[in-house]
Order: sequence, then structure tokens, then C-alpha cells
Amino acid sequence: MTETIEALAAKHLAAVAEAGTLDALEAVRLAALGKKGDISVRMKELGGLPPEERRAVAERLNLAKDQLTEALGQRKATLAEAALNARLAAETQDLTLPARPEAEGRIHPVSQVIDEITEIFGAMGFSIAEGPDIEDDFHNFTALNIPPEHPARQMQDTFYLATPEGRERMVLRTHTSPVQIRSMMSMKPPLRLIIPGRTYRSDSDMTHTPMFHQLEGLVIGRDIHMGHLKGTLTEFCKAFFELDRVEMRFRPSYFPFTEPSAEVDIRCSRKGGEIRIGEGDDWLEILGSGMVHPKVLQNCGLDPNEWQGFAFGMGIDRIAMLKYGIPDLRAFFEADLRWLKHYGFAALDLPTLGQGLSR
Amino acid sequence: MKFTESWLREHLDTEADLATICAKLTAIGLEVEEVHNPAAGLENFVVARVLTAEKHPNADKLRVCTVDPGTGPIQVVCGAPNARAGMVGVFARDGLTIPGTGLVLKPSTIRGVASNGMLVSEREMGLSDEHDGIIDLPEAAAAHVGRPFAEVMGLADPVVTIKLTPNRPDCTGIRGIARDLAAARLGALKPLKIEPVAGHFTSSIGVSIDDYAACPLFIGREIRGVKNGPSPKWLQDRLKSIGLRPISALVDITNWFTHALGRPLHVFDADKVHGALHVRLGRAGDELLALDGKTYQLGPEMCVIADANGPESIGGIMGGEQSGCTDATTRVFLEAALFDPIRTAATGRKLGIISDARYRFERGVDPEFVRPGAELATRMILELCGGEASELVVAGVAPDWRRQYTFRPERVAALGGVPVTAAEAEAALEAVGCVVAAGGGVFSVTPPSWRPDIHGEADLVEEVLRLKGFDAIPSVPLPQDRAVPAPGVTPMQRRVRVIRRAIAARGLNEAVTYSFIPTPHALLFGGGAPEMAVANPISADLDAMRPSILPALLAASKRNADRSMPDHGLFEVGPQYRDDTPTGQDMVAAGIRAGQTGPRHWSARPRGVDAYDAKADALAALAAAGAPAEQLLVMDGAPSWYHPGRSATLRLGPKQILAHVGELHPRVLQEFDLRGPVVAFEVFLERVPFPKNRAGRSKGPLALNDLPAVERDFAFVVDDKVQAFEIVKAARGAEKALITQVSVFDQFTGAAIGEGRKSVAISVRLEPKEKTLTDPEIEAVAAKVIAAVAKATGATLRG
Repeated sequence: MTETIEALAAKHLAAVAEAGTLDALEAVRLAALGKKGDISVRMKELGGLPPEERRAVAERLNLAKDQLTEALGQRKATLAEAALNARLAAETQDLTLPARPEAEGRIHPVSQVIDEITEIFGAMGFSIAEGPDIEDDFHNFTALNIPPEHPARQMQDTFYLATPEGRERMVLRTHTSPVQIRSMMSMKPPLRLIIPGRTYRSDSDMTHTPMFHQLEGLVIGRDIHMGHLKGTLTEFCKAFFELDRVEMRFRPSYFPFTEPSAEVDIRCSRKGGEIRIGEGDDWLEILGSGMVHPKVLQNCGLDPNEWQGFAFGMGIDRIAMLKYGIPDLRAFFEADLRWLKHYGFAALDLPTLGQGLSR
Repeated sequence: MKFTESWLREHLDTEADLATICAKLTAIGLEVEEVHNPAAGLENFVVARVLTAEKHPNADKLRVCTVDPGTGPIQVVCGAPNARAGMVGVFARDGLTIPGTGLVLKPSTIRGVASNGMLVSEREMGLSDEHDGIIDLPEAAAAHVGRPFAEVMGLADPVVTIKLTPNRPDCTGIRGIARDLAAARLGALKPLKIEPVAGHFTSSIGVSIDDYAACPLFIGREIRGVKNGPSPKWLQDRLKSIGLRPISALVDITNWFTHALGRPLHVFDADKVHGALHVRLGRAGDELLALDGKTYQLGPEMCVIADANGPESIGGIMGGEQSGCTDATTRVFLEAALFDPIRTAATGRKLGIISDARYRFERGVDPEFVRPGAELATRMILELCGGEASELVVAGVAPDWRRQYTFRPERVAALGGVPVTAAEAEAALEAVGCVVAAGGGVFSVTPPSWRPDIHGEADLVEEVLRLKGFDAIPSVPLPQDRAVPAPGVTPMQRRVRVIRRAIAARGLNEAVTYSFIPTPHALLFGGGAPEMAVANPISADLDAMRPSILPALLAASKRNADRSMPDHGLFEVGPQYRDDTPTGQDMVAAGIRAGQTGPRHWSARPRGVDAYDAKADALAALAAAGAPAEQLLVMDGAPSWYHPGRSATLRLGPKQILAHVGELHPRVLQEFDLRGPVVAFEVFLERVPFPKNRAGRSKGPLALNDLPAVERDFAFVVDDKVQAFEIVKAARGAEKALITQVSVFDQFTGAAIGEGRKSVAISVRLEPKEKTLTDPEIEAVAAKVIAAVAKATGATLRG
């Protein structure tokens, strides 16, 4: 006696429910619905049935097949889920282990500060000018109204090169001012320049190194006066130190290449040995400046009755120390990795005015 | 330049207090550097009478004193040998801090006797090093018992130090500072009475001048019958107050003139001068034992004051020991002269003498104050030392110092930004001593004899502006001709900035190192030419301009390795120096990597750095510079500081070297005491061409299709001298229309390949443009690749 279709279906449905693995489930599927499976065999036998029975049997077979197919699908999903869970449970990683190392290089504070300065003065319409470190007497001294044997040359201890006899002795520029001379001689006014660069003086202690960086500014026009100098420096200091207000004090001073000359102080406090810009009752000298001396203009081929302007100079390393609280100038040039990591800047930390100069 | 408040007030009549005076000094360009009040902090130390002083019952060297500091007797145990009954001393009560020792006084018992407070010494008060005994005040001080002793002793005279700029010789004397303050309307300059002293005889010493440029004027005078010795207390106190040591009345008088009036003088002991004084230039063999105890060789460019025996003084700088005044001097020859500033400066510098006379003469001493100075000094010598003066001996004349400049008052506003009226400008110029002739809106101005620094209109503008105050200068923004300015950097400056960050992003740290390095290092790196040596280096190891950035980085690498950081990368973008001309400086990005590629890690083992790391750095720098990567040639020819077999040059064309890369030469590592491996790169930023100036910034069209790309791998066996690049180049050229990329993914040697041969495996990528490639088409390209590589390198396909 052959089993009824319903009995067959029930048997296979039970087997589906009992199948504990995907392989067992596949065996059940083959036994029921495979080519030689019970249900498939019955399907093939349909043709041999009398036509009046065929339709009813076919409906019963299809029902059984549908039930089995759905049960198989559900069981498969359940088993797959369980298998995945079991696999995931076995596949753990200890993410407290360190990630693969990637080296991060830092940008030197001098470079960062020069980039900041470039942004600020760029927004005021200044361009950068540069020139050689090894200079002749004319550009470093004479053209700047510092004649030979003038006591002003004693203000700076100059490094000289061991130029052979018969040639003019070369100097390591003591300031970036020779670039002012080169610019005025080669460019047509009006001019609006900043000049960052290496400078050299024979000096070494906590606050002096034989090489340091200077920033000079030069503005030449027909009606540029000391008020513009004050305005420019005030805007620069506000932007550079990222303050709404800075107070500056101009004091008469002396430089051979400017007349009138002024030293510029910025208001600060020195509480607890830390210098804070923009507050307090003290003053900190940050730069020298003045109106370009008529003789310097003449030396560069400019008529002082037609052209005039201002110049200023400050220490880049020094304002970097002030802004970022770096104590010792000498360490700037020692390439100590610990120092570079601590005081350096991220490679992508490019200062811009739109997004703020510093983080 | 130093002075005390009371000394200044001797010359300046003002109601202003010291703070106001100091603020004004700074405002007119005489920057106050320091104000030191010796009495500050000593207000609670008072004058006291020692009533009794008995031997301590339990100690031989101690005394038990009863002291009255004005508030009744107090018992003090004192160890000073000079403590005695009846003396007037200085008492510190319990609770005070002793400035010299930092000790806080409290009641104590010393060897069984109660002691309160302390009688103090000068050292304990921080006044001097004197500590042999307690301060012993004159009996007159007893009238002030209970008052602060600093006040009674006249210590409350603040010392002001100004940072004098080199253009202001007029302020090298206290009277000059007073004169400038008076010009700034802070008070009135007190009159200085100058009455000539009648001469009673003809000086036995005559004066002649050889070179009037070196010494235009010399006024001398003999004073006989003087009695030298210690100068009076007021004069000693004055000199001590600004840190000078009193010597003798005659010498102290000259020092007083130097500092009070900016008028250096010299006094010769006339009995030690042989014959007349002769002002001349130095001669061969001239030398002088100077007053500082040192002997100087005097050259032909120096101004010498000589007698029959030879040099007795260096003009404008320092006198000689032999003819100097001593306590035994009875006949003195006074010198008031003018010396050439430039010659004085050069002489002082050459001899290494810094003196108060040089300080003034090299700046320029008032030519109109030679004779008045001589007369005033004579009077003071007669007053303090007695004696009788000769007639003046005058050689030379004061140089013509009068100069006239045109001054337009409106230039104050034009240069300074501060409008002033013509009357205001005139008043200011007259206040500083100028003679002003006004007419037609233009002034003709003659600066005073004491202001050799005023040379033209700009200087006169500064005078007016200075007295008005720089605070009056308005803050005016620069006019902007466009709201968003054009870029301020040149393409080269931009390149430097981009490259710096590109290299840092690869893990190298940016260093900034000195432009000068030790000569041995310069020699190793192709430098060390004599003209590139620093003639006066600050230290022997900073004596050569660097021909390469690498030596400084290697020295830094060594320092870091010694600090237990052997694995690192350092770079610098900066100048190096080929020669001493303006074009002899190159902008270079140089870097090194040392040790391992990274720290040890649980999943990946680091390896030693190799030349390919340096190559990657250089390529990244070149890419950031915009160098055409596909045109770069890798050739040998790296300089001597690289390992000859593990280095290369990167070129654009056979002659255009853009970079050096490679492992450093073992000899170089040895020189720097580095263990290695160390690899390096040097990229010459100015040699990389800039892209042609394109109209606009268009990147051009991008042709894309969705046809599948095909990758085929080939392994070739070649002679091991064959460079990988030759295989890649041949493969690329095999079918240019389809092959877009050829990369080497494997290389090995071994017995299976055969002696002297190697296997190089490449991957070739084909990207069809029009239709999907069929297998026969792909095979055809593969055959072309094999043939091309075989032809170029003799390679065979590995089976």
C-alpha cells in the first residue's frame, strides 16, 4: 500500500524540522523534491493516472510541494543564521592590539609661522621677495646708508667669508634688508613686499643663535606714511596673535636705513614668567621700523621727492616663540625629534585666513 | 648710559616725578632700560643707637648689646668685631627679611641669651661686599634714630639706565639728557655758568698737531701746585652711584666731566711729560702701557699723543700709565680735545679697548664745548686740588659744524602722518637747539653743534615728530586696490611650501639647521672651497658654508640615535651653497631615513630602510613639484657621498639631474659615527621645469568607457645586468594603443634560473578603447610584448 501524498508530505516536513545541518537539509530536499524524490516521482506518475483523477492528485501534489519548499526555505535560513552565528563566535580579534604603525612627520614652527605670515600679508596685498644669503658690502651695508667704519656697523656682529685677496670680501647677510635693495633696484614702484629669510650674526646664547630668521616688510608708494606703518603692523599683530585688539607703542629710535625710525612695543603681561600678548601693563619690543631713508631710496635709483615708504623688520623665530610658548631659541636648529614632535605642526595643518591660522 | 635722579635734577628744573621723567625719556627716543632704586626694600631698616655692648657671658666673640631704634631699648646678641657702645648703626627688627641672605629674623636665644632683631652689615643689606663689621654710621646720623637708614645715607637716589642709540652723542652726558627733556617741555635746563680762568703763566708744555683730520682741536693747560688725593665725598658718591670707582681727585674730576657733561678729558702728570706734546699718527714700533695695565702696539692709522719719549696717550681712547696722575702729582697738564669719530672707532675696535672716552668720541663730541669744558675743568681742579693755572694752550680750531637744511613743515604730515602747524614745527626745532629761518612756508634750519646726527629734512621731521610724541601717529590701513589681492607667492615659493608638506606627510620630520657646518663635513660633500669658509666663525665646527643639507641632517640623526631614537626620518627644504655669487645658492629638499622602517609590530615586521625608500621620497617630492613623472630617467652618477652600487640620479633628459637618491656611502656613515643603514635624497627644486603657462586651468577632457580591462602577467629570464626599466620600457612600447601600464611585481635569482641570470615578472594592463578584446587579440598583444622584451634585453619567457 503506497502512502498518501499527505503522509509523505508530513514525513518530509518532519524531516525538515529535524535536519540539524545544511547538509542534512539538502538530503531531505533531495529525498522529497530531487529528481528521484518522493514528490517528484509521484509527479512523474501523474501521466499514468486516469484523467478524472489526475487533476485532483496534481493539486494535492502541488500543495505538498509548496509546503515542503517553504519549510525547506525557512529551515535553511534558520540553519544559515545559526551557522553564521557559530562562525562569528569563533572569529574574534583583539582590537585592543595596536593598529599598523604609520609615521607622521611634523612641520617646523619656523615654516608654519612663515606660512601664517604669508597668509596675513598676502591678504593685505603683499608679495614675498627673496634674495641670497651670501651678500656683498654694497647690498648689506653701503646701500642701506651704513658707510664703512660707521659705528652702526658695530650694532651687528657680522660674519665674513674668507674671500681670497683681490676680490671683494663677502658677508653673510646680517638682515634681510639687502633684499629690499635688490627689490627696489629691480622692480618698479609702488611696492608691497615681505621678505622672510635666514640671517646671520655672530652671537650665541639663550636668545641668540648665529643664524636666525628675519621678516622684513617694505612698502613704497607716493603717499605712504608712518600711519600706514602703524595700521599695517596693528592688523598683522591682531591676525597673527589671533586677538580682537592689540595695543602697540611706537618709540623713536635709530636705524641708519630709516628716518624717522621707530621701535615698536606690544602690550603684554609677564605674570608668572609667561608672556601673554594683548593684556597686562608691560611692553614687549617686537620690531624695528621707520620710513625708508631718502639716501637709501636714492641709492636704489628712486627719487625721494616722488617715492617714499616704510620698512620694518622682526624676528620670525622670536614671534614663533611668543605665539607658541617655545622657550629656547637654540633648540630651533638642533633637529631633536622630541622637540620637533612637540612643537611641530601636522603636515596638513596648512594655515589659512578663512579657516583660522592655528588650531 | 647711566645717571641718578638727583644728578639729573642738578641740570633739569622740573616738577615731574621720576615715573613721568622716565616715560618721557622713552617717548623721545631715550629708551629707559632699567630703573634701580638702591633703597627699595630697605624702608624698614632704621638708624639705631647702640646703648651698651657687653661681652657675652658664654662666648668670647659675641657681644650682648642694648639697641635703641627709636622705640626703646632692645637686647641684641651681635658677633661683629666693631660693635661698641655709643655707635650709630642700622637695626633690623624681628619679622624682616635680610636682603643679602634671604633670612627671616625671629626672636632667638644665642648661647643662653635672648636676642631680638639684628645689627646689619653692608653685605647683609645688599649694598656691597663689606661684611667685616656692622654698618657704622657717622655720629651725625644719631639725629635720625628710628628713620629709614637708606634715606639718611642718601641711598634713595634711583639709578636710571637708558639704551642710548648710536646717533645721539649729545646724550652721552647727563646734561645732554636734561637738555633733551627740556626740549620736550618737561622742565627747564638749569644754566651752566662758564667763567674763564685767568692764566698766571705760560704752560711749560706746548702742543702741536700733525694731522688735523685725526685731531682738529687740542686745548691744554698746565696747573701747578696742586694737591692730589681722595676726592671729596660728594664727588665719590656721584661716581659710585653710577658704578664708577673713585681713584683720585684729578682722575675723578675727568670722569665727572665725561659723565655729567659728555666732555672726556685727560690729565697728564706734567712732571712725567718730556718736552712738548705732539699729536700725530702712530709710527713703527710705537707702543704704550695704558691706564688699564695693558701694553698696546700702535699702528699708523691710530691717533697718538706723544712726547719726546714716545706715545703717552691714545687719542680719544685711553691715557698712558707712565704719564698718568698719582697722589704724588703736583703739576698737572689738562687735555680737552676733539678726535675724529671714525678713526677713534677703528682704533678702539682694533685694540679691543672699550672706554668711556671712546664711547663718546666715536659718536662725536660737541665741537663748541672744548674750551668751555677746559675752563670748567680748570675751575674744579683749582677748587678741589688748589694750585695755579697757566694760560690755555690751543692747537687747531673747532671744525665747521654748521649745516643748513631746507625744511617744509608739511613733510611732517607727509612722512609721519601727523599734521602740525608751521609754528609748532618751528618751536620744536628751536627747542632742540636748531637755528630756524622761516620764509615763504619753507624753513632754513641749522642744527646745533651737539647734534651731528641731523642730516636733512627727514631727520628734522623726526625731531618734530619725536617731541610731539609717536603716540600721535594715527593707525591707517593700507589702501587696497582690489578686495581679494592677487597671490603673493611666486610659483617657486609655492612649490617649496607644497613640497615641504608632501614630504612631512610621508613621515619625515622637518628640521631647520644652520647654513654653516664643519669643514671636514663640507669636504666630504663636495664643498670646503676656501672662499666658502667663514672667516670669523662663532665656533670651529660652524666654519664652512654647506655644500649640501645632508651633513647637518646626518649630525642630527646621530644625536637622535644617541637618544635611543635610531629609527627616524628627517628632512629640510632650504638653501645650499655652490659659490659665493648671488646665483650660487640652490633651493634643495633633502632628507634622510635611518634604521628600521618603523617600530616592531605584532603583525608586520619592520625592515631596514633601503634606497627604494629614498627613491619613493624623491619621487613624491618631484610629483609635488609638478615634475613629469613619466619622463623621468633613472640613471647612475650619484655623487661620491652615496653608495656607488645603491644609488641613482633622477633626470629629465640625460643632462638634467633633478635628484640624487640612494644609500649613503659607508665612509660617510663612519665619519658621522652612524651605524646605518641610512638612505638619503636630494631634490633640486629650481631644476624642475614649471608647466607651460596654460590659458585657464582646464584639465582637458576625460575619455572613459566601460569595456573590461585585461591584465596579463609575464615572467622573463634575463642576464642579471639587465635593468628592470629596460624590460618595462620594451613592454610598454609593444602596443602603445592598448597598454596603459606595466609594473614589475616580482624579481628573483636562484639555481633554478641559472648563474648570472634573474627572473623578472611584469604585469601588463590592456585597456581597449573601442570594443571588448577577444582572446586572439589579447594573445596577439602578448606575443608582441614577449618579442619586444626579447629584442630589447635578450629575455626569454620563463616556462
